[in-house]
Amino acid sequence: MKAETLERLVRARAEKRPVALVTDLGTGLQTLVYPEAVHGSFSLDGAMLATVRDYLRADRSGVIQSDDDSRLFVQAVCPRLRLIVVGAVHIAQPLAPMAMLAGYDVTVVDPRRAFATDERFPGITVDQGWPDEALAALAPDARTAVVTLTHDQKLDDPALTVALHSGAFYIGALGSRKTHAARLGRLRAAGFAEPALARIHGPVGLGIGALTPAEIAVSILADITLALRQGTTV
Amino acid sequence: MQDEVLERAASWRAGNRRVALATVIATWGSSPRPVGSQLAVDHAGAMVGSVSGGCIEAAVAHEAQQVIADGEPRLLDFGVTNERAWEVGLACGGRVEVYLERVE
Repeated sequence: MKAETLERLVRARAEKRPVALVTDLGTGLQTLVYPEAVHGSFSLDGAMLATVRDYLRADRSGVIQSDDDSRLFVQAVCPRLRLIVVGAVHIAQPLAPMAMLAGYDVTVVDPRRAFATDERFPGITVDQGWPDEALAALAPDARTAVVTLTHDQKLDDPALTVALHSGAFYIGALGSRKTHAARLGRLRAAGFAEPALARIHGPVGLGIGALTPAEIAVSILADITLALRQGTTV
Repeated sequence: MQDEVLERAASWRAGNRRVALATVIATWGSSPRPVGSQLAVDHAGAMVGSVSGGCIEAAVAHEAQQVIADGEPRLLDFGVTNERAWEVGLACGGRVEVYLERVE
């Protein structure tokens, strides 16, 4: 691999641009395929290019055969996953570092200064903005999960509103079934239709009998993983 | 899933370390790491990432030194049916094909 190719891969991820590295396994030559551009040592015809971009969209890697029977390996290199946690509460404290270990860039959003402190979240990006403004600025995409944990509708609802207008692959909201039903009622009244509301995982997390904040964090991260890997989002 | 490996490989290379990159390109049967998983190895044997659950990393790192020396990319095939001299079996009975290349 040319050093320049490696640098381009690293730069693409830093800039949150997906890119596929296509390697001719016979010659070792490599070409980079971006959603709108191609850069590298060999060209691909229209059909092959479409196949490579299908792999890229699905974040999938694998060997494909070209027309002249050479084996090409397609490596999807996608932007890092992101998790936006609304509510710098007790559950967020174990959830943030766990998600970082799982490969997510984590931002904790909470305008309440007593909660959103560096001391409570060492090494984690903390945003003290209002959830709707903070989320709009963070612009959740298909590689982003959003979880609201504040229990406070003044903070959770505006965050969920922005999340539902985004392409986030996972949206979860902490709260009992009763709380969640009330929340759905408010969002319905605000104009959201059922398919949108069905995107919200609530009560958040997989049912694993979690009790402590750390266990609840495990159940939330497990639920996010399920959505990411098995596409249970709408 | 290849998070950090490419970044680490790039920073090693920028620091004038000689680096090889191993990538899982195909798997058959049970295999601990999916296609696309990567392991970077430097000339001193430092490793980041993985291409299995620890079963074949030592063999890949050994082969990586050859790739770093001669620059020729290689396809390595690990599995119960493999008969090459550097064969390392996978305890799980699976088979993994690994592409190994030098970062120039």
